[in-house]
Amino acid sequence: MERIPIIKMGPFLLVTIQVDMHDRLVMALQEDLTEMVSSNGARGVLINISSLDMVDSYIGRMLGGIASITSLMDAYTVVVGMQPAVAITMVELGISLQGVMTALNVEKGMDLLRSKLKLAPEQDHEIDREE
Amino acid sequence: MAKVNTIRLMAEKKDELLQQWIELHLASLSLRKDIIGNENLYRQSRDFIDAFVQAAEGADFEDINRVEWTTVRKILAEISTNRSRQGYSPSETASYVFTLKEAIIRLLQKEYGVQPDVLIQETLTISKILDKLGLLTFETYSKAREEVIYRQQQEMLELSTPVIQLWDGILALPLIGTLDSGRTQVVMENLLRGILSTNSDVAILDISGVPTVDTLVAQHIIKTVSAARLMGAECIISGIRPEIAQTIVQLGVDLSMVKTRATLAGALKLALDMRKLTIVQIGKA
Amino acid sequence: MKLTVKSDSLVVKSPQEIILARQKVREYARSLGFNLVDQTKLITATSELARNMVEYGGGGIVVIEHIDDQGQKGLRVTFEDQGPGIADLEMAMLDGFTTGNGLGHGLPGAKRLVNEFEIDSKIGLGTRVSIVRWA
Repeated sequence: MERIPIIKMGPFLLVTIQVDMHDRLVMALQEDLTEMVSSNGARGVLINISSLDMVDSYIGRMLGGIASITSLMDAYTVVVGMQPAVAITMVELGISLQGVMTALNVEKGMDLLRSKLKLAPEQDHEIDREE
Repeated sequence: MAKVNTIRLMAEKKDELLQQWIELHLASLSLRKDIIGNENLYRQSRDFIDAFVQAAEGADFEDINRVEWTTVRKILAEISTNRSRQGYSPSETASYVFTLKEAIIRLLQKEYGVQPDVLIQETLTISKILDKLGLLTFETYSKAREEVIYRQQQEMLELSTPVIQLWDGILALPLIGTLDSGRTQVVMENLLRGILSTNSDVAILDISGVPTVDTLVAQHIIKTVSAARLMGAECIISGIRPEIAQTIVQLGVDLSMVKTRATLAGALKLALDMRKLTIVQIGKA
Repeated sequence: MKLTVKSDSLVVKSPQEIILARQKVREYARSLGFNLVDQTKLITATSELARNMVEYGGGGIVVIEHIDDQGQKGLRVTFEDQGPGIADLEMAMLDGFTTGNGLGHGLPGAKRLVNEFEIDSKIGLGTRVSIVRWA
């Protein structure tokens, strides 16, 4: 059966969704992610949806579900790369992805996870940081 | 056949008709005779008569939408569109066809003045078709106007919603003028696209220049904030004047989930804080 | 008077077929010149309504039409099933109401994404939902 690949990046897992997801694929992804968070002791999951052309309430529920499950296992989930048209449509539809963190792209998602987990940032900014 | 007489006459006395027509037409234009350019008008009108005569020979007089009338319609459409863009009034534009009618009737009068039956018949027939063409100029005129208005609207929409990068990762969108739902949609899309293209985590929506905020506008603002949040960016609303703050509260709109500041400066300070940046003074100012 | 310029119909009984319906709607929306946001709204509404049909109506038929109303171009998508029907339409159109495991955004949410929304349901006979978005 076809599955969405999960890539390990240091303490994090990265999933890039590139296909139109049908239900079995969604179920498989949820299972695989839970499995990998547990076996790798991953502290964060990044789900890149920049290629998705829509998020309906089903996919929205799936994203919320993954966030809830991973948080039970002491890991954060960040959804990254949502397209503007998708975001506008989701708001109109009434999905707010409560409890799910978001970031503009994978890099910013990793920054967000690092700051949540109080891990050292990879590089410093040229402007003074307060921290 | 009745119509043949007029058409034959038009072909035979083309120069006389043309002269008369252009005189009448120029007289009907109150202003700006200079703009058209007489030579151009002359040539265009000659083409029009030629096309008209040619079409009329084979065609049905009842239906100007038939293929035989294509050239006539095309010339008329061109004239109407040009005049519409040059700012002529619709009646000035339609007078082009109506003065032709007058010129033809004068020609008929000279030719058939002694045969009232023929004169009436011919006048009726030619009037019918020319009135239809006159209406066509009206239609084309207003269509061209609508296009102009639509284009200007689009330009205004684009112009009135600039997305400005204030700092690395911080965007500002100063809103000026009344927000209706069409404009708010453009604003929303521009802002979200700007967030993506500049990779900004913080966007400031400044509403100092918005005269009133009603429930609909407030809802649009909340939706923009929610959509930005879904993408991973935070919005700050700034420039909330006291009277607008009062209206918002009176309307019962809940902006508690939205970060707000009274001034753009206040919003910038908050944005810098959120990005964990600070501005320090080096030495004395 | 709304005239149908072009149409396609698809049988949608499984989640996989929802994807096919979505793709077909996208194809139509693109050819009609809808902007990206409107395309997204249309395919999302299609996804919601097709899923409702599969989950509660046992699947059915999706008809996609390019329609024309006096020169105004539009896209109409109709979802028709022969399922149990909806007992209380008014309730079903309320935000947050669901009889299944959804979050209840389906019907009212989809309605917000389009210009026209019609629903007709008869107990024991089925449900028919029709949406229109003008280009």
